[in-house]
Amino acid sequence: MKLVGEKGVRRILMTVAFSAISALLLITLFIINEGLPFIFRYGLKDFLLSSDWNPAAGKFGIFPMITASLWVTFGAMITGAPLGVAVAIFLSEYAPRPMMKVVKPTIELLAAIPSVVYGFIGVMVLAPFIRSYFGGPGLSLLAGSIILGIMILPTVISISIDSIMAVPRSYREGSLALGATTWQTIHMITIKASKSGIIASIILGLGRAVGETMAVIMVAGNSVNIPHSALDSVRTLTANIALEMSYATGMHRQALFATGVVLFVGIIILNSIASVALRKRTSKR
Amino acid sequence: MSTKFNIHNFNFYFNGSPVLKDLNLDVTSNEILGVIGPAGSGKTTFLRSLNRMNELEAGIRTEGEILMDGQNIYDPEVDVAGLRKRVGMVFAMPVPLPMSIYENVVYGPRLSGISSKSRLDELVEKSLKEAFIWDEVRDRLKLSGLRLSGGQQQRLCLARVLAMKPEVILLDEPCSGLDPISTAKIEDALTVLKKEYTIILVTNNTKQAARVADKTAFFLMGEMIEVGLTRQIFTAPAKKETHDYITGRFG
Repeated sequence: MKLVGEKGVRRILMTVAFSAISALLLITLFIINEGLPFIFRYGLKDFLLSSDWNPAAGKFGIFPMITASLWVTFGAMITGAPLGVAVAIFLSEYAPRPMMKVVKPTIELLAAIPSVVYGFIGVMVLAPFIRSYFGGPGLSLLAGSIILGIMILPTVISISIDSIMAVPRSYREGSLALGATTWQTIHMITIKASKSGIIASIILGLGRAVGETMAVIMVAGNSVNIPHSALDSVRTLTANIALEMSYATGMHRQALFATGVVLFVGIIILNSIASVALRKRTSKR
Repeated sequence: MSTKFNIHNFNFYFNGSPVLKDLNLDVTSNEILGVIGPAGSGKTTFLRSLNRMNELEAGIRTEGEILMDGQNIYDPEVDVAGLRKRVGMVFAMPVPLPMSIYENVVYGPRLSGISSKSRLDELVEKSLKEAFIWDEVRDRLKLSGLRLSGGQQQRLCLARVLAMKPEVILLDEPCSGLDPISTAKIEDALTVLKKEYTIILVTNNTKQAARVADKTAFFLMGEMIEVGLTRQIFTAPAKKETHDYITGRFG
């Protein structure tokens, strides 16, 4: 007894598939629709480059938040990328295969830890540590960078390992047979051949860092100012939206949507660069 | 004629099972030693034992010794990278490194610390000439090595080995994927090169061994059945297995 015919199945699956795509489309349209008119009315330059954020007085300059987001992301790259790439090189080139087979999935599990947990550890351990050893309030740009640096590790490590493993074995053998040591082979051949994949892994990690909200709100301090040192308290774009959305109305509400548009554009740019880099990697083989 | 390698009671195990059994063989300098035998006979393992490339696998164990100019290359003190600079290798699948023709050739010399541009240029020209490929690539040394044809890639791989000025060249079925013309060019190169180098050529093509090798060794199931002057091996082999193999009765 057929409940749904072949055509019926096809139609149902198509509807489901399109609803996912249309959700994406609707969200995009919605934030653009809410945010863009504000940007035009307020002026793109004033919005992006003014440092005056005072919603009660009708001032909506998000430059401090942009700076904060950029710095925190940059800090995450400085802490997370070298560590992640080093781990990837160690696991794929030096560690015995069985060890990698255990460690790689474990690292990927790091991505499954809720960001609020990272934030909690940051508040309880990292912030007091920074406060007592470096000074400042503790909840700071530095704390945000370190927490985000750890959070991007699974992305950086996992994708870097995949692209290092994709380097043909014959390249390594050729290099070793010419009298290169393991390390010479790694930095002259393996890393060069997997460079675009490693860069893509870092950029994807950065995309994650830019968009991260909860952990950053918890550890970065959230005061609206342009940071002068790594120990200053900062508020990122994501934090700005999350902190003020519950009571924002009118212009203020639209300004937050416009902040969303800025974030959205930034992350799309990062992801496009990453996917171009990844495509370059696959087409080379 | 001096002896390059003395191999004494050499055994090679992979995951506990023997791949090479009790190998005893002397390799003479400035000769081409052809190594023939059916698939799985241990030819390639033998070759990769001479520059310790076999160590890239996990789960291997060796017994006995291989002396090169009197020194055991399996001595723990031996610098493996240094050994591989002295014993160059050309693989069955020609794979240039993912860089230009020029860079492929100077890769080895650079590792040995040669950095003068004129010195490197000179080496590139000399090595490519010795590998019979100079005339085909002289105008496009900046081209990626991967863009060459299969036969050219294999000669480039030979050139990059020559550029290191090794003492020994190991060739693992270097012509298995090549057309007859490219094969002839490689063989021509080898006959000239043996004046300066000791060459060990593993080949599945018995006729190739007959054409270029001074001596030929026959391997079967991890054992060396016999070794002797090529002419003698191909006309009057001492062992029945050798006779069966070269007349195509099995393998």
